[in-house]
Amino acid sequence: MIRFILIQNRAGKTRLAKWYMNFDDDEKQKLIEEVHAVVTVRDAKHTNFVEFRNFKIIYRRYAGLYFCICVDISDNNLAYLEAIHNFVEVLNEYFHNVCELDLVFNFYKVYSVVDEMFLAGEIRETSQTKVLKQLLVYNSLE
Amino acid sequence: MPAVRGDGMRGLAVFISDIRNCKSKEAEIKRINKELANIRSKFRGDKTLDGYQKKKYVCKLLFIFLLGHDIDFGHMEAVNLLSSNKYSEKQIGYLFISVLISANNELMKLIIQSIKNDLSSRNPIHVNLALQCIANIGSREMAETFGSEIPKLLVSGDTIDVVKQSAALCLLRLLRTLSDIIPSGEWTSRIVHLLNDQHMGVVTSAVNLIDALVKKNPDEYKGCISLAVSRLSRIVTASYTDLQDYTYYFVPAPWLSMKLLRLLQNYPPPEDPGVRGRLIECLETILNKAQEPPKSKKVQHSNAKNAVLFEAISLIIHMDSEPNLLVRACNQLGQFLQHRETNLRYLALESMCLLATSEFSHEAVKKHQETVVTALKTERDVSVRQRAVDLLYAMCDKTNAEEIVGEMLNYLETADYSIREEMVMKVAILAEKYASDYTWYVDVILNLIRIAGDYVSEEVWYRVIQIVINREDVQGYAAKTVFESLQAPACHENMVKVAGYILGEFGNLIAGDQRSSPFVQFNLLHSKYHLCAAQTRALLLTTYVKFVNLFPEIRVDIQNILKSNSNVRNSEVELQQRSMEYLQLSQIASSDVLATVLEEMPPFPERESSILAILKKKKPGMSEGVTGPLKENKHPAAVINNTGVSYTKNSENAPSLAVSADLLGISSSLHQPTINSAPPASSNNTSTNLLVDVFGETTSPTAGGAKSAIGDGIIVKNEESLKKFICKHNGILFENDLLQIGIKSEYRQNLCQMGLFYGNKTNFQFLSFTPSISSPNNLSTKLNIQVKPVDTVVEAGAQVHQILNVECIEDFTDLPLLTIQFIYCNVQQKLTLRLPLTINKFSEPTVMNSESFFTRWKNLNNPTQEAQKIFKATYPMDSEAVKAKLIGFGIQLLTGIDPNPENYVCAGIIHTRTLQVGCLIRLEPNTQAQMYRLTIRSSKDTVSKELCKLLHELF
Repeated sequence: MIRFILIQNRAGKTRLAKWYMNFDDDEKQKLIEEVHAVVTVRDAKHTNFVEFRNFKIIYRRYAGLYFCICVDISDNNLAYLEAIHNFVEVLNEYFHNVCELDLVFNFYKVYSVVDEMFLAGEIRETSQTKVLKQLLVYNSLE
Repeated sequence: MPAVRGDGMRGLAVFISDIRNCKSKEAEIKRINKELANIRSKFRGDKTLDGYQKKKYVCKLLFIFLLGHDIDFGHMEAVNLLSSNKYSEKQIGYLFISVLISANNELMKLIIQSIKNDLSSRNPIHVNLALQCIANIGSREMAETFGSEIPKLLVSGDTIDVVKQSAALCLLRLLRTLSDIIPSGEWTSRIVHLLNDQHMGVVTSAVNLIDALVKKNPDEYKGCISLAVSRLSRIVTASYTDLQDYTYYFVPAPWLSMKLLRLLQNYPPPEDPGVRGRLIECLETILNKAQEPPKSKKVQHSNAKNAVLFEAISLIIHMDSEPNLLVRACNQLGQFLQHRETNLRYLALESMCLLATSEFSHEAVKKHQETVVTALKTERDVSVRQRAVDLLYAMCDKTNAEEIVGEMLNYLETADYSIREEMVMKVAILAEKYASDYTWYVDVILNLIRIAGDYVSEEVWYRVIQIVINREDVQGYAAKTVFESLQAPACHENMVKVAGYILGEFGNLIAGDQRSSPFVQFNLLHSKYHLCAAQTRALLLTTYVKFVNLFPEIRVDIQNILKSNSNVRNSEVELQQRSMEYLQLSQIASSDVLATVLEEMPPFPERESSILAILKKKKPGMSEGVTGPLKENKHPAAVINNTGVSYTKNSENAPSLAVSADLLGISSSLHQPTINSAPPASSNNTSTNLLVDVFGETTSPTAGGAKSAIGDGIIVKNEESLKKFICKHNGILFENDLLQIGIKSEYRQNLCQMGLFYGNKTNFQFLSFTPSISSPNNLSTKLNIQVKPVDTVVEAGAQVHQILNVECIEDFTDLPLLTIQFIYCNVQQKLTLRLPLTINKFSEPTVMNSESFFTRWKNLNNPTQEAQKIFKATYPMDSEAVKAKLIGFGIQLLTGIDPNPENYVCAGIIHTRTLQVGCLIRLEPNTQAQMYRLTIRSSKDTVSKELCKLLHELF
């Protein structure tokens, strides 16, 4: 299962943090810093996977943003790697060419996108069409 | 679609821009404080705020919180938003609550009421928001309140698909919080049939829930096998146009396929031949598709396709019954080993590691040895090289051991620091396991020390000494080789230790050669003396006094060293004491006495390598209950004790028998000079601190359990031996005149491999010998035990080895029963024993500091999470013995945590398949009253109770 999802920029600023375990705030901060340290030192020739404590981080870099998903060691690496890309494509469609600032100003909407696609640490919906249709309905409501 | 930034809430957008424009941290804090003051006054003001304003301010507070600032108000306003009828207001309210409000907040009652209202709303969007909120918070209280409602929502015909998806995962979350809300009976089949749902999104969500339910109760949910297979079959045979929305880069439903393949890994291969045939067809189709030309050049296409392929291979390995598929899988992975994508090379190495363990594919894997060695040398990413090391280790057997060990040694010279220690251990284990010629083994270990001395842990050099002492044929060679190694200009301190020990024992074997005469040996060793740490010097002093016995001709030279000021006045009390005592010994004792006291070490009892145990230690964990501090991935000083902590119960008249993991008794706390002076009679003496055995297993191997005679089908009371096994993995479980049963077990996370050794002590055959394992009560749902069958005939004096593979699914209290039936001299014999498989065996020690310990401790404040016992000490309250027991129990002994140094504080994580339970333990002795108070807190009540029960009996 997914333990947490993080979006960070290269400087280490968190753009989204979604937790599926009950960490306390200090622990969250520690994890955020640790993930940043682990992920940013890797280059394009490296794998998209890093062992992390007794879990692993599956990550992908898009321009200046790192999208990281922390999952169990036994989980399927490529499936989560593509889950990240699927999520990014939805964001891109939803925000019309998404950029970092969209995530900053619309942070509360990003959480809705996440909840449509992932819930309880599992994959909830994978169809981009279905997710976007649902998000459109929300946007049309007051 | 929102084009405007922060559309709808202009004030929020302005505020965010302001924060972004702040030039310094101070300016940001100032701006935030201003905003907080503003919001506070709005909330306190007389004017009632409308929903929009409330939403805006709550959202600002949330933003401030996410920046890392504390928020101590606004919770009530957020809760108010929940009862709004507008989606956007409700959404912000729920978001604020999921992010900011902890489970025990006083507003929880109100929140739960609002959720209740929304769940019964006719607006599916409100129902959905409520479900997502429950899934995000998932508190116990929510589980109790909604646990019975949500299954209804999930299977009701009136529920729309989007809500069903959330309901399935919401229920999953609540199950993880509180496992007794599992729906059963009529719900089972309705939930399983969600796999047939028309809506692929519903299936995608539901399969996660079903997977969790299956793990808890595989039998009840068996029906999902055929449904999963037929669903999978429909997907893999579909063309990418069939599934429209669920096709991802020309791959039909990759995530769902992956999940279905995982679901099937909870079961053995399907029994029904039709289902089995269909599944094999699916797996073949997936393997075939991997060979087809790609439908797109995009990496997304190949990733999605390979995600399914790797999962299919995992299932093939799991089934371990289709040689044809296993070999095909191996060939496919072989292709990936040379793929240009690093990800694929990495995953292929990882997956092949598992294939190497299957008898059907082990040979096929070995064909790729050369490629793997190349990977080890050329891969840029250290994690890929690490996988290559793992695979070499897994594919190693008698035929290729020398080659593989050679390659690993070569690589070690340039290996990354991060993986050296692990490599050193792996090389040491392989060399020992597959050595047909022990001179080769000695060479390998000495090479290890030469190449990577800093990474050679104590266990490794202890082990080479054990083996040299036990094998006469290699002693002369070892002495010669260490002597040569010592002549190198730069020589690692670990080499000095090994050389010191071995020459002290066997220097005489090479003393005939003028080039290594006693005096030369002594001078060579002593030339290193002043460069070494106190521990090593203490060891060398022992070597010197052993030389006094071996080589009387250099006695005077040695005495001169011993009485030099730098030794007898050394600031290290241990060195001072050794010098004095050894000097006196060499001056006073007659040569007979010397020869007895300084005699060669007796052989060590044969046992499994202690290095294996160290290799199994894992990285610091991350769990809700217990969280270790990061980077402290160091071995606890006495890890070796894990395998063989002596349980002093066996030597009740030796209560102070301290167990030391220290080979030569050179740790500074030990003041007895540790020469092998123990005449046999003194082994029961209270002062037997003389470390006959390095790794702490006590004297007689037959000290085991009850010796009751076997009759017809009696349950043998092996309570005492069971108790002993709580703290150790290996030993004798049972023994009588006919039969001896030994146990050797290895634990890793939630898995255990247990070897049972049945020894026939008689001069007659045992016929129809059938050991079987049964699980009392509902233990079979908690422990998955697989038993390999054994020969039905046990020859006189022979030993039969049986392997049990155990997986801990969830925490348990009962012990499995071992029933052994056989015919001895035409008389049917039957006995039943309880196997020492206790929950603490699945515990992993966790290091943490005082602060995190107490934070955790306070967080586990629910009364049911705590178990406490106050009891009278049964055994002497010796601190070393208590520590040894705690460590043997599988938990980390933490020092400097408790203000009272008398108290013992420990932490560990219990691994089960479904969950990891962090456990914190405090043991407070009261020596005056001869009492203990034991308190255990863990995230699961049953675990706390069981640990408390097991642990209190030990003291």
